[in-house]
Amino acid sequence: MAKIKLKRAQPHVDMTPMVDLFSLLLTFFMLTASFKPQEAKVIDSPMSVSEKATPDKDVISVLVSNDDKVFFSMDNGKDTSAHYRNQLITKINDLYRLSLTEKEITKFGQGSSFGMPMKKLKAFLNEENADTKEAMQTGIPMDTVGDQYPELAIWVAYARELNPLAEVAINGDAEANYKTVKKVMDVMQNAGVNRFNLVTNLQKEEATLEDIK
Amino acid sequence: MAEIIENTGSGKKEGGRRAPKRMGAHIDMTPMVDLMCLLITFFMLTTAFSKPKVMEITMPEKDKPEDVKDAPKVDAHRTYSILLTGDDKVFWYHHGEVPEGQTFPTTIRKTDFSKDGLRKILLNKNEKVFSEIFELKDKVKKGELVLVEDSLNAQIKRIKKSDKKAPIILIKADEKTKYKSIVNVVDEMAICNIANYAIVDIAPEEIALIEQAPK
Repeated sequence: MAKIKLKRAQPHVDMTPMVDLFSLLLTFFMLTASFKPQEAKVIDSPMSVSEKATPDKDVISVLVSNDDKVFFSMDNGKDTSAHYRNQLITKINDLYRLSLTEKEITKFGQGSSFGMPMKKLKAFLNEENADTKEAMQTGIPMDTVGDQYPELAIWVAYARELNPLAEVAINGDAEANYKTVKKVMDVMQNAGVNRFNLVTNLQKEEATLEDIK
Repeated sequence: MAEIIENTGSGKKEGGRRAPKRMGAHIDMTPMVDLMCLLITFFMLTTAFSKPKVMEITMPEKDKPEDVKDAPKVDAHRTYSILLTGDDKVFWYHHGEVPEGQTFPTTIRKTDFSKDGLRKILLNKNEKVFSEIFELKDKVKKGELVLVEDSLNAQIKRIKKSDKKAPIILIKADEKTKYKSIVNVVDEMAICNIANYAIVDIAPEEIALIEQAPK
């Protein structure tokens, strides 16, 4: 009898189509995903049990870095069609004669947080080098010059005028001095803002009745 | 050339042993794709967790100089002051301990941000309100009481307002305080269900007390 040797075919799944599809998907997402403009500084927020979600629309953000520099940002409205940033910079440009061109205004509209005196804004928007840009971010001045409001108050006041629904979010670094954050809150209280949202990272902690003993 | 032919000739005879080795590399992609799937799932889940949250804080309106009258009298027995300074240090005192006729105490007590520190003190002073709220939350969690989140929050607010003997906390910070200390203290207010607290300015006498306090 002839031995019929059953050929045990080892299951050999060909992974090529799967890897093909994967690289296609990856390319697709890489091209369609729009990157969020880089924040001026990386902030390490303190921990809190608060569970209320950070609003990312209709929000005026004030960032305080760990070296006590203040940055300002505003979003473009619920569906970005309101272009609040463009409106804000156009207004400030006209009032304070910063002589910004249309191109610079558009660039500002697409950006995010920034921190420098108003008169240095033009140079910052034209700068291409990332390191120089970072060195230019010396913080928004909070001191009163003569009888003029501090620049931070001016930015916040006009931003609120354009978008009355906007809430103020203070994103402070855990290692920032409380003195600076207090100054930020003081400046804003003088501009009429009394309610703030402090951005924190969630760390659940609960006290129970046993802790009282 | 003759040698080469010879080689192949002899190679054929020996059943392919001398045949030049095939240089095709055949990598098995399975473990790589496995790991990629795992990594993607991991990152999809972890980025969802680290969504930043906000802590609401309302500051009392700034008084214009002409509006400042005598500060409303607050019961000293209910009031406690928490003094903050650098290096996560926390001090506190009870306004009821202040000797007659004086505004500030002679010494302040030291504590910290650990569970057995500030939290224990606050829970002890706020026992009544805290246990009421804790039992209410517990009942809702266990399902004995059915409440929508909004009604639960409204009830918690009511309980906080109801106790007229609940502690009033004044939070004061000096120049050296880090932002995270303030966030920690306001956080403890939320954890211990303190109904009445405010961040106020620190007095020079209190700054002196902090300096004199044992490290």
